[in-house]
Amino acid sequence: MQAFTKLTGIAAPLPIINIDTDMIIPKQFLKTIKRSGLGKNLFDEMRFEADGKEIPDFVLNKEPYRKASILVTGENFGCGSSREHAPWALLDFGIRCVIAPSFADIFHNNCFQNGILPVQLPQDQVDQLMEDASRGREISIDLEAQTVKAGNKQFSFNIDALRKDRMLKGLDAVGITLQHQSDITAFEQQRKANQSWT
Amino acid sequence: MTKAKTLYDKIWEHHVVKTLPDGTAILYIDRHLVHEVTSPQAFEGLRMSGRKVRQPSSTLAVADHNVPTSSDRLKGIKEEESRIQVEALSENTKEFGIQYFDMADKRQGIVHIVGPEQGLTQPGMTIVCGDSHTSTHGAFGALAFGIGTSEVEHVLATQTLLAKPSKNMKIEVTGKVGFGVTPKDIILAVIGVTGTAGGTGYVMEYVGDVFKQMSMEGRMTVCNMSIEAGARAGMVAPDETTFAYLKGRPMAPQGKAWDEAVAYWRTLPSDEGAQYDKTFTLDGSKIAPQVTWGTSPQDVLPITAIVPNPADIADENHRASLERALNYMGLKPGTKLTDVPVDKVFIGSCTNGRIEDLRAASQVIRGRKVAKNVYAMVVPGSGLVKEQAEKEGLDKLFRDAGFDWREPGCSMCLAMNEDKLQPGERCASTSNRNFEGRQGRGGRTHLLSPEMAAAAAITGKLADVRELVR
Repeated sequence: MQAFTKLTGIAAPLPIINIDTDMIIPKQFLKTIKRSGLGKNLFDEMRFEADGKEIPDFVLNKEPYRKASILVTGENFGCGSSREHAPWALLDFGIRCVIAPSFADIFHNNCFQNGILPVQLPQDQVDQLMEDASRGREISIDLEAQTVKAGNKQFSFNIDALRKDRMLKGLDAVGITLQHQSDITAFEQQRKANQSWT
Repeated sequence: MTKAKTLYDKIWEHHVVKTLPDGTAILYIDRHLVHEVTSPQAFEGLRMSGRKVRQPSSTLAVADHNVPTSSDRLKGIKEEESRIQVEALSENTKEFGIQYFDMADKRQGIVHIVGPEQGLTQPGMTIVCGDSHTSTHGAFGALAFGIGTSEVEHVLATQTLLAKPSKNMKIEVTGKVGFGVTPKDIILAVIGVTGTAGGTGYVMEYVGDVFKQMSMEGRMTVCNMSIEAGARAGMVAPDETTFAYLKGRPMAPQGKAWDEAVAYWRTLPSDEGAQYDKTFTLDGSKIAPQVTWGTSPQDVLPITAIVPNPADIADENHRASLERALNYMGLKPGTKLTDVPVDKVFIGSCTNGRIEDLRAASQVIRGRKVAKNVYAMVVPGSGLVKEQAEKEGLDKLFRDAGFDWREPGCSMCLAMNEDKLQPGERCASTSNRNFEGRQGRGGRTHLLSPEMAAAAAITGKLADVRELVR
C-alpha cells in the first residue's frame, strides 16, 4: 500500500448526498480479476453517455478537475455494495483523499486498505471546502498533523491511531496481524477444546 | 454482578483474540463465504506473498453474481469476462483447498441463501463475506458483515480481522402486523424511519413480538437489508425457531455436539437490562405494504401514498437529492403509486429468493395471468430452493401465469449477468437496492415484497396486494 503523509492538490466538488458504490463504479466493471485500470470507468454512468461520449457537465470532465487528487462530497459517501473496486477506481483515477460529512462503513474501511484517506468533517466545514473546490482552489491535507487547509482556513479531523500509523507508513494489515500469529493459534486451540462444533 | 450485555456484546467478546493498544481488536472469524466477484484479487494477493489459507475448512465458495440463469447454462458462460471470473474461482478454490459449489451442483445458489441452507450459518458465530448483504446471516444470532477484497485476503490469511466494536442499536417492532404485510415491508418501513445512514457505526438488533413470531426466512429478509440502513450488521436473538431450522442440516453440529451447541446458543440472547446506544420503536400494526419510489432504499412509502414533492423539503442537499431521484425515476410529484405502470417484475435475490418467498408470491398469482405489458421472472435463490419449489408445483403455477422460471443466481438484483433492465424500463423488484443503474443503466427499480411483486405482475402496475387477495 502507498503511504499517505501530506497531499496538496485540486479538489473536485461533488455536492451529492448518498453517493453509492454502484455510482462510483458500476457493476459491469467488476468482472476484472485485477485491481488496476478502473480509473477510466470511475463514476462511469455519471461521466459518460452510453456511447462513451463525455457528459460535459460532470465535474471530472471539466478543467482543472481532470487532475483532481481530492474529492469533496456529500453525506454517507460510499453507501451500498462492499465492492473494493470503488476505492480502486478512485485511486486509479488519482484521488487520494475524500472529504465528506460522513462515510458508509464498509467503504470507509476499504479506503484505509488502499492508501486513500477519508476525512470526515462537520457539514459547515465541508460546505466551505466545497466552495474552495468549486473555485478551483487547492486543498492541503497533513495526516501527521490531522489538518485540512484551504486558503487561510484550517480544520482538524479525527482518525484512529492504528489506521493513522498504517497510512503514514503504508503498512499492510495482514503483515501486522501475522505478528500476533501465536495468539491466533492459542485462541483456535481454546475454541476447539470448548466449542468443538465451531 | 456482571454488566448486562447485548447479543452483539457477547459475540464480540467471545471472538476477541487480542486487543491492540489503540483499542483495535484482532477479531476471530468462524466462517468465511467467498464468491467470484470480490475474491480473485484476494487469492492473487496470497499467491504474491506466498501465503496460504489459514482455515480452508471454515471457508465455502460459490459462484452467484455472474452466473447465467438460463436453462442452457451448463454448456458454458457465453460472456467472456464472467466466464473468466467464475473459472478463476474454481481454480483458486482448488489451489487453496476450499470447498466449492459449482453451477452443476444443486447446492449452488446465492451465497447468503446457501450458507443458512447448508447449516454453515450458526448462532454466536462471526461470519464474513466480500459482500455487503452478509448481514443476512445475523438472522441466526450470528455477527455477520460484509468486507472488501483486502479484508477477504486478510481473513483467508489470518482467519481474523482488525476491527473496533460497533455501537448497539435496538429496533423494536411491537404489536401484530396486518394482512398482506411481510418481513420485507417491515424492514423497508424501518429503513424509512432510520434513513440509509441511520445505522452507520451500529449493529442493529431486531426485537419484539413481530420478529419473535417471524420465520427464519423472514428474519433473513429483515437482517439482509440492515446494510441498507447503513448498519454494520443486523441480528435476531436465536430461539426455538432458529434451532428447529438448523437441526439436521449438513453443516450443522450433530449428536452430542448439537446438544452442546444448543446449550451455548441459549446463553446468547441479550441480558435483561442490557443497554443500547440508540433505540427505534415502530408499531407493527401501523405498517402497510411498502414500495420505494426513488433511488435509495430510504425513499419508501406505503403503496397507498403519492409520489412526494421536492418543494416540501427544506434542506437544500436533500431537496436536490429528491429532485435528482424523481428525474431519474421519471415520476411526477403527486402521482398515486398505484398508477405507476411497470415493464418488468423480478422475484428473487438474497433478500427474497427463498422458498417461503416463492410460496407467498405463488398464492397471489394462482389462477391469474401476467399483464400483457409485463415480462416477469422468478429466479430461485439456490438449486435446492428451485428443487423444493418444483416438488411443490410452484414452478407450474408461475409458468401457467406467464412467468419465466429460471436457474439460481443473483441475476437482475445487480444485473452482472444477462438479466438486466433497458434504459427507462421500470421494474417491480424483490431485491434490495434501487440505486441509479443498479438493474441496468437507466433502469428504474421499485423495491417491494414478493407478494407485491406478484400483484404488480398481474395488474401491470404497482398495486396493493391487499386488493387482490382478500
